[in-house]
Amino acid sequence: MPDGGALIHARGLTKRFGPLCAVDAIDFDVRKGEAFGFLGPNGAGKSSTMRMIGCVSPVTDGTLRVLGLDPLTDGPAIRGRLGVVPQMDTLDNELTVRENLVIYGRYFGLSRRELRARADDLLEFVQLEERANDPVEPLSGGMKRRLTIARSLVNDPELLLLDEPTTGLDPQARHVVWDRLFRLKQRGVTLVLTTHYMDEAEQLCDRLVIMHQGRIAEEGSPAELIQRLSTREVVELRFAGDTPPVEGVFDGRVARVEELPDRVLLYTDDGDALVPLAHERLGPQSVLVRRSTLEDVFLRLTGRTLVD
Amino acid sequence: MTGAMLAYEHWLASYRRLWRASIVSSILNPILYLAALGVGLGKLVNHGAHPLGVSYVTYVAPGMLVAAGMNIAAFESTWPVMGAIKWTRVYHAMLAAPLRVRDVMIGHQLYFASRVAASTGLYLVALAAFGTLHSPYAVLAWPVAVLAGVAFSAPLAAYAAWAPKDSYLAAVFRFAVVPLFLFSGTFFPVTRLPEGLRQLAYATPLWHGVDLARHLTLGTVTWGMALVHVAYLVAFAAAGLWLAERAYTRKLVR
Amino acid sequence: MTTLAGTRGHLLFERNLMVYRRAWLIIFSGLFEPLFYLFSLGFGLGHFVGRVHGVTYASYIAPALLASSAMNGAIYDATTNVFWKLRYAKVYDAVLATPLGPADVALGETSWAQFRGLLYAAGFIVTAASLGLVHSWWGALALPAAVVVGFGFAGMGIAASTFIRTWQDFDLVQLVQLPMFLFSATFYPLSVYPTALQWVVRFSPLYEAIVLVRSFTLGTVGWTNLVDAGYLVVLGALGIRLARRRMAGLLLT
Repeated sequence: MPDGGALIHARGLTKRFGPLCAVDAIDFDVRKGEAFGFLGPNGAGKSSTMRMIGCVSPVTDGTLRVLGLDPLTDGPAIRGRLGVVPQMDTLDNELTVRENLVIYGRYFGLSRRELRARADDLLEFVQLEERANDPVEPLSGGMKRRLTIARSLVNDPELLLLDEPTTGLDPQARHVVWDRLFRLKQRGVTLVLTTHYMDEAEQLCDRLVIMHQGRIAEEGSPAELIQRLSTREVVELRFAGDTPPVEGVFDGRVARVEELPDRVLLYTDDGDALVPLAHERLGPQSVLVRRSTLEDVFLRLTGRTLVD
Repeated sequence: MTGAMLAYEHWLASYRRLWRASIVSSILNPILYLAALGVGLGKLVNHGAHPLGVSYVTYVAPGMLVAAGMNIAAFESTWPVMGAIKWTRVYHAMLAAPLRVRDVMIGHQLYFASRVAASTGLYLVALAAFGTLHSPYAVLAWPVAVLAGVAFSAPLAAYAAWAPKDSYLAAVFRFAVVPLFLFSGTFFPVTRLPEGLRQLAYATPLWHGVDLARHLTLGTVTWGMALVHVAYLVAFAAAGLWLAERAYTRKLVR
Repeated sequence: MTTLAGTRGHLLFERNLMVYRRAWLIIFSGLFEPLFYLFSLGFGLGHFVGRVHGVTYASYIAPALLASSAMNGAIYDATTNVFWKLRYAKVYDAVLATPLGPADVALGETSWAQFRGLLYAAGFIVTAASLGLVHSWWGALALPAAVVVGFGFAGMGIAASTFIRTWQDFDLVQLVQLPMFLFSATFYPLSVYPTALQWVVRFSPLYEAIVLVRSFTLGTVGWTNLVDAGYLVVLGALGIRLARRRMAGLLLT
């Protein structure tokens, strides 16, 4: 294959809606078996990219190959080998939990007999066996999400696309979803996901790109990005009253200082070493030394102003 | 009563966004029916003689007036009531303000009555233009149409509040509202119906409304008969309101 | 591996069958409306009408009610239900993530709307025949005729549903549908109208539908019935073509 065995191969991939350029000439490759993430704030172009990969949004410009095929001409064939978890659940509220899986499988040309067994396995995998014959409507958000994931697996996809798989879920429901996705990854399913949760990207992704205003701002593994764009540790200082002037206090000992309305962040490779100095000079109410996260990377790259 | 007025105002305010579309269903539709069935079909019915005593368009006009009121009342008191309980939850919002269940229910009924009054009022003007009103008493057909409307909106609101699914509402249209429209003396005298069905027709509020309205537009009304019709409609409406309050309370207060 | 456009439409049909297996009562109840009209106007009012074109009034309007109910059923399914699934329930968004395409959706939904219309037509014809309102063996062809009628209106309805933006727009559908129902020589012959108006009415698809079905139930079949049927088939096919293009535009953005 000309694209070096990548499951998804994009060069100069562009999506325009009228004058708006949602995806601006991006390049990336997704390799077989990896978990690849698109990270970015709302409006960064993540979902548009996902919809192009899912062959439900025509490419405006550039090259896109999915499973070695061209979405423009081979859309149905590609979709037959993909699993898609869209941003908003598109479950069929007029059908039961189980029927949702069966009819969706029928769309892929699977036989009813095959699907009977398959639906049981999938419901067990997402822990919904007990709701099999219930209507979809009253399910909780987490259950609906799990059902959507089960549905996306009905055709045994080679590539699974997940658009913000845990947005809007409570912490417990998120962990259940992560756990299931982690198991899929172990089974060798290639995952492509978008998220704006740093912990999600750190948990699930082998490699990720950070998107900002339709472009790819950074690319790498979570650890690489932290190493390259942040420090090993971050010290968070909180104050009882107004924040005292920090300027000059830590000169030469920190990589960067960031002042926020409610706290001060010190980026450093050795957080503990700064704690005595901070207490002595600034008298903070609390001091927290933590590992640097993708959130730090992300906010540094895309800024703290709200992009919506 | 002030609570009910507040609820009423809410519905009037939301109607301001919808009135354009409702013109079609509430006024244009009955006029089209009158033109097609009264005037067009009338050419076949009359064929020289007047088998119903008067020209056919004159005969159906008061029936269409009251039936139009019934249709609006029935439509407004079904899906919107279920919606206000289940989907938009407007009733719950009202109860979170200092309104009682009775205020919520009465306020909505006032709105239904206003909708019926507005449409049937305009419709009555159209009937006059078609030359179908033969007595000054015809103007009294207007309040009769409104009263008949409430005789539907009150029990139907009770039904809609009680109904577990919206398919129950479609069923009430298919098996009650449409048959009433077709068989309650609107298009032909109920004396044409077989015995059992005729007795059933006499028991429906639509027949009472239509019969009274027809005597008013033809100028053949007698006050004893009018009293019976009005008393029947009032009783129907009152029973409906009582049921509606019970059904609302059961759904909204737990 | 290529998939021919539209060859998997039957799976949408299968989906609808699955839904209505539980809600068959809703479908069943739709049988009654045309029968109520038949009893009310045909038998109740018919007494005062007398004979029309040499047959009883009930015989005269029965085929018109059959054609109208085929129209109403097809339009209802093709507009309200399709609009709901397109804009709110997002049924088709899920479908398009599979190998199915917009053509499958358009064809699948049209065939479903037609199937429903066929059920109603069959129920109505059996009832009308048992009441002695079918005057010829040609009447057996009223059923396939109703299918043609359903196809025509389902195709146009599906195309219309892709233009509908809000529930309020349905009043516009009604604004076309109700006058068509009332004035397409449904309840009285064309001769009631002045000549100029008669020509306008002749273009109404429902008028063509009624002429077609009436020819069969009254046994007055002629070659011009092919024109009636052809008119409806062409309108339906144009509707589906348009719907397919519009759905692709709406769903594949």
